[in-house]
Order: sequence, then C-alpha cells, then structure tokens
Amino acid sequence: MADLPKADELFKSINYTPPSTGWMDTPVDTSPGNWCYPAKAEKLEYLGFPNPREWNPADVDWKLPENWQDIVHEGFKERLDKYRSLKVFMDICVRCGACADKCHFFIGSGDPKNMPVLRAELMRSVYRKDFTMAGKILSTLTGSRVMTEDVLKEWFIYFYQCTECRRCSLFCPYGIDTAEVTMMARELLHLCGVNINWILEPVSNCNRTGNHLGIQPHAFKDIVDFMVDDIEEITGKRINVPINEKGHEVIFITPSGDVFADPGIYTFMGYLMLFDHIGLDYTLSTYASEGGNFGLFTSADMMKKLNAKMYAEAERLGAKWILGGECGHMWRVINQYMDTMNGPANFLEVPKSPITGTVFENARQTKMVHITEFTADLMKHNKLKLDPSRNDHIITTFHDSCNPARAMGLLDEPRYVIKNVVKNFHEMPEQTIREQTFCCAGGSGLNTDEIMEIRMRGGLPRGNALKTVQDENGVNMLSCICAIDRATLIPLANYWAPGVDVCGVHELVGNALIMDGEKERETDLRMEPLPGKEG
Amino acid sequence: MNALYSLVLVFALVLIALFGVGSAHMAGLFGTMLPYVAVAVFLAGFASRIIGWAKSPVPFSIPTTGGQQKSLDFIKHDRFDNPVTPGQTFIRMILEVCCFRTLFRNTSVELKDGRVSYASSKWLWLFSLLFHYSFLLIVIRHMRLFFEPVPACIGFVEFLDGIMQIGVPRLYMSDLLILTGLGFLLGRRLKDPKVRYISLVTDYFPLLLIIGIALSGIYMRYFAHVDIIAIKKLTMGLVTFSPVIPAGISVVFYIHLFLVCVLLVYFPFSKLMHAGGVFLSPTRNMPNDTRIKHHENPWNDPNIKPHSYADYEDDFREPMIEAGLPVEKES
Ligand code: SF4
Ligand code: SF4
Repeated sequence: MADLPKADELFKSINYTPPSTGWMDTPVDTSPGNWCYPAKAEKLEYLGFPNPREWNPADVDWKLPENWQDIVHEGFKERLDKYRSLKVFMDICVRCGACADKCHFFIGSGDPKNMPVLRAELMRSVYRKDFTMAGKILSTLTGSRVMTEDVLKEWFIYFYQCTECRRCSLFCPYGIDTAEVTMMARELLHLCGVNINWILEPVSNCNRTGNHLGIQPHAFKDIVDFMVDDIEEITGKRINVPINEKGHEVIFITPSGDVFADPGIYTFMGYLMLFDHIGLDYTLSTYASEGGNFGLFTSADMMKKLNAKMYAEAERLGAKWILGGECGHMWRVINQYMDTMNGPANFLEVPKSPITGTVFENARQTKMVHITEFTADLMKHNKLKLDPSRNDHIITTFHDSCNPARAMGLLDEPRYVIKNVVKNFHEMPEQTIREQTFCCAGGSGLNTDEIMEIRMRGGLPRGNALKTVQDENGVNMLSCICAIDRATLIPLANYWAPGVDVCGVHELVGNALIMDGEKERETDLRMEPLPGKEG
Repeated sequence: MNALYSLVLVFALVLIALFGVGSAHMAGLFGTMLPYVAVAVFLAGFASRIIGWAKSPVPFSIPTTGGQQKSLDFIKHDRFDNPVTPGQTFIRMILEVCCFRTLFRNTSVELKDGRVSYASSKWLWLFSLLFHYSFLLIVIRHMRLFFEPVPACIGFVEFLDGIMQIGVPRLYMSDLLILTGLGFLLGRRLKDPKVRYISLVTDYFPLLLIIGIALSGIYMRYFAHVDIIAIKKLTMGLVTFSPVIPAGISVVFYIHLFLVCVLLVYFPFSKLMHAGGVFLSPTRNMPNDTRIKHHENPWNDPNIKPHSYADYEDDFREPMIEAGLPVEKES
C-alpha cells in the first residue's frame, strides 16, 4: 500500500483515450499490483481443485498443465452447452459501447480492457476462433484469436478486475451480463489451476469450519459471549443467545464478517438486541455460520456445496424457516441460485413473522427472509420501541450493495428501516444508487490489499458520490447491508471521502431500540458517548 | 483501418454485381438464383441459430433487476423492471424490443472539476430507434413488390411514409431517416474513441452494407427512375416460383438486389442475430421469482453434498463440549 498515489493524483492520472495500439496488440501487464496472490497449493489440494502448485503471476512461466489449451477448449465447450446465457452473450453483442463507461473499474482506470464489452471480448475472441465458422476462416477480420498463454494471462488479470457487480448488464440493450462471462472465465481458469488465494482460502475455510474466516465453533461462541457482555454494558440488560440449539422456530444466518470484524460486530449486536426485544424464538448455528458464499466466485458446483449447509442445518435443527443477515453475495445466491441448486426445502415452512403474522409470500419457495424485510415489517406494525434521537450524531447515507440491488431489487426495505431509526438521511446522487449503484470495488473476492490501487480506482465512483453528500449534507456515516462492504468501504471512504465511517443498518436499529428493562443509555453500540451524554 | 477494410469490401460487392450483370450478362444468376439461395440461407441460418441457443438450458434464473422487488405490501413494487409474473416479464420484453428502453437510460461519464459526472445520453437510443423503425417501414413498403393485388395495409404504410408529398416520385421519409440513423451510428463508431477502439470489421461491414443498399435504392427511385413495372414482374416471378428476367431493368437494380442478398446471407452468421438473440437473453426474459417458485436446473448434480455436520462435529467435538455447545454424539 506504500506506493498508493494520493487521491487527487490518482484522479488526475485517469485518461479515457485508448492507447494507439489495438487491444489485441497491447500486451497485458503482469507486474505486481495488478493481480491478487495466487491460491496456496494446500488450499487447492484440500478442495480437490486441479493443478495445485507454487507459482507467481509476475514470472514468465506460470507452470500450466501440459494440455492446458485442450482443457480450456473442452471446458468452454461444456459451458456453452450448459448455459444458454454464455452462448447468447458470446454471439449477440453488437459492440455498441453502451456498457463501456458503466464499469467502476473503467471509470477509475481508463484502461479500455476494463470496459465490460472489451472484458467480454477477451473471451469472445477465443470463442470466435474455436466455435464459429467465420472466426475459423477469417481470423483478424472477425476479431478472433488463438488461445495463447498471453491470452490466458490477460484473462487472469482482467477477469480478476471485475467484481461481478452486473452494473454493465443493467445498461446493455440485450442484457448481456459481463459478470456471467467473468464467472465462466474464472471457471475455465480454475480448470488450469489459475486462481487467487483470497477466494480459495475462504472457500476452504467455509467448507471446514462453516465460515470463511475459519472461526471454530468454540471461538464463535466466545465472540458471541463478548458481544452479549458489551450489550449488557451498554444497555444494562443481559440477553440470551441460543447457538446450535434444536427446536427453535427460526435459524438466523449472517455473513461471518459480522461476527468477526469491526464494524460488522455492531451490526451483529443490533440483530441480537432486536431478536431479544421481540422475543424471537431463534438459534444461531456454528456449522452454518456463513451466509456469504465465496463459492460463487469459483464454480457453480462449489457454490452449491457451500450453500447446501444452510438447508442441511435448518433441517437438522428442526427450524421452520431461515432469517438471513445483511450480506450482498449471500443474497444474490439465495435469490437466484439457492432453491434451484439446493432445494426444494420442503421440510421448512413458508416464513411467517411470529410477531406480526405477516406471511412472506415472496419467500414462499426459498423459505428465507432478508432481515431488512423482516424488520421493516416489524416497524410498519409498530412492534418496535425506538428512539431515533440516539442516532442524532449520525448523518447517514445508504450504499446499495450491487448484488441485492441488481439481482433482487432489495432497495426500499433497508431505506424504510433506516428512516425509522435515523433522522438525518441523505441519498447519494441518483446515478449512483438503487439499481444503478456502484460497487465497493472489492466484491467477488477482490477485497485484498495487494491490489489496493486497483480497488481505489474502482472505488472512485462510489467514493466520489459519498464525497458529494459529505460536502453538501455533512454525511458522516455510510450505511450498507453487506459484510464485504463493511470491510471494503472503510479504506475506500478513507481514501475518497475521509471522515466518513461505515456501518450496517442493524447497528443503527440497535442504537435506537428501546429494550424492555434497559438502563438509560450513555453510549452507542461503538461505546462512543451519545450526544448530550459526553463526560 | 477496420472501417476501411469494410468499405473496400462493400465496394467490391458493388463491382461484382456491376460486372456480373453489366459486362458478363449474368442477370439470370443475379436476378433469380442468388435471391433464392439468399433467402434459403437466411431462413435456415436464422432458424438454426435460434435452435442452437435454445438447445442450451437455462440452469439458473438470473434476471437483472432494475427496480424494487415484490415484497411487503406497503413497499411499492416496480412491476416492469423487476417482474414476478410472466405477464409483467412480457411487458418488460415488449418495452425492450419495441422501445429500446434500456438504451433510453444510457448515461455518459465525464471527469469534471475533480468529480465524476454522469450525463444522460440518449443519442444512441434515438438514432438506433430511427434506424430500426425506418428499416422496418422500408421492408414493409417493399412488400408491395411481392403481392398482387397490393394489400391495403402496405399501401397505407406507403401513404404515410410519403405523406409530406415532396417531389416526384414522392419522397419517402424513411429513406431520409434511415440514412440519418445509419450515418449517426457510423459517425459515432468512427468518432467516439472508446467505440472506435472496440469496433471490428464485422461492426463496420453491416453498417456500410446497409448504407450501400439504401443509397442504391434511393438512386434507383429518385435519380435513375428504373422501370418499376419490369421489376415487379421479376419479383412476382420469384414469389410464384416461375422466375423471369424482364428486359430493360437497370443494372443499379441488380446491384441493390445483390447487396440485399449478401445481407441476407451474412445475417445469420453475424452480430445481426441480436435481432433474434434479444428474445433469448436470460437476464431480461425471466421473472424475478426464484424465491417464490421452483426453477429447475436440468444438470443440477444431486451428488454434490455439503461437508456434513457429522464430519464437522467430529472435527470439533471436544472444544464444542467444553464451550457448552450442544452436540449430537458425546465423545
Ligand atoms: S452494451 Fe451490450 S451490446 Fe453494447 S457493447 Fe456492451 S455488451 Fe455489447
Ligand atoms: S460486472 Fe461490474 S465489474 Fe464486471 S465488468 Fe460489469 S460493471 Fe465491471
């Protein structure tokens, strides 16, 4: 991170004029800082991924398997037969460029290979050569090229500069989803043993310990106990948190980032306080202690394997339905993949709020409700005692996480919750919120420090929008509903809008919640004095 | 460079027709054989492409949502950007296909005063709409060459198109509009550095080809004043499968026809297939209802199981007991 340029220098370095050489003739830059560290061999071995080895992307020799070209070709063919999306997206792009300036990585870098259309062309060019007649005969004229080692390297660099945020898809007249193309390209790279550790290590942890941080069950319990202590200190109330207990109505699953890291833990405390307040009959699980699914960034099979834990555990514990925490990728998987891959979960019941009696018809099949849907419903029915003035020191805005926003349309529920607990709320500029939201630039497994400059560049659109409301409205808090955001937006805000902090929505709920029998609060969940209560 | 290649290519095609008919006297080939072949290739190619796509399953339902989901009663659902029923999805598709709704939303990015700014950018929307609808009008107008008597609806379209009553023969608005649309699309491709950078020969070629077709058509109608009765004899001969080559048809017509044939043959093998593909795009043509209804993945592998709870407990039983967590099996 040492050589990260200053924010204004970085801004000035952005240039949208493409290089004079054509993109096929512009060599890929594999110098350090352009890539995430490769996966450790032992992680690949544990997960049974092919070609585990020590290698370095800065070297010329990537130690690929002998027949890697055949592997890619066969893998490509298989995926064309399995996914209509891939086939159609390879064929119908008209290169209109409507998507070109929609990607945060392009906006922040000006590198034309970060234009979604060109990112996908990296793969389409090979597709044309291998799978279309015209491409076979008329190579250069049709923009096709042979899969060489350099092309593979280019794939590695640029498909790991895509956070699979799908913003490009929103603007493409044919709905071409470059995130889908990226997912396929990464699957093909995996087949050759080309992958990154920041994805594979979490995947292997999730598999074994149940969560991506590798928190073991007893440690998980310790952490929860700490939080219970903190809640007692703040509210004077000791609450009980069931873990791995059978026979409760609801099982609550959230990303493990909420359990482990600041500021997620405050959000987690907010959940626990809320559940106690409404007397929810629930349990946590250590076995299914991860909502976020890093499998999404490796392969459909791995995504399925990791996700299956949620239903398996709900069944084992005899819960009736599942309540899910604030997490971006988790909800993309739950909304678009879970029931298809892991269901139908007929051992569960259609979720019904035990407090308000609301039946969540929109979760009839997955049996899984998002916590902001659940809390919004509680608020609408006046089931919560709230004192929003406890959040008066907070002037907040809201960051829509890409995945829930563009794969689900979860836009108004979190806003409804926030507006009930915070008086000072301001939206960021229109083109940067709701379905048009900009990525935190650390999604899809890229929230790692070795590519900090790339992340800060990709974070420009979000950071810039944040700076706007900071300047105009004095915003000092960026709330969000994603655990990855809670990790990645902190350096981003520090860089582009210093002075803005990051929180989860249920942290704000926890602050405002008046629990039965609590003492007068003097601090917020961060143990910072409430306004008027200082010293 | 790519634009130049394409221009040369289109010129070569014009020359082929020019010499083929003008000097080599192969009007029969250009007037009857090629059109048949072209139409056959177009139909078969189009169908086979669609079938090819349709053969691959849609394992997951992956719509891109553009608005609020359907959830609680008091939260307003955005029905057409985040559809949950087939009807809503249908309307989303109609808006997309007929109004290019996504392009309507297009914005462009600029770096100004230390900020990223986003401006609405509807030119691409406007001119592609212009181009596509004029094309449609022109195709409908041309149908008059294939019917005897000419159905009233075609006559009506023609009437509308020429409603401005300018000149003799009457000026069709669509002729001007299609050139405007095409001109913009080509100009944008050449001028916008980003778009020029991604443009391939296969992007310029169809544009220039269609421009060639439009120009030759316009030339025929307004300047060369070709013998339309003779042409109709030829086209009617084609559709009734009794081809004739009437005398006195200008060579421009054969150039026009040849370019159209090339377009038809080229169509199914190119990006022009977006015309069919747009209907098959899973991010747009599916409802966002996977939490509500089961969606089947035909290749979902039932053998993929999670790391089991039993194995997990075996790994951590001792510390779990020590921490007071419930276990299935006491060690
Ligand atoms: S918007 Fe769609 S069609 Fe246009 S260049 Fe991008 S991916 Fe291709
Ligand atoms: S999915 Fe997001 S990161 Fe990837 S190309 Fe599209 S806009 Fe860029």
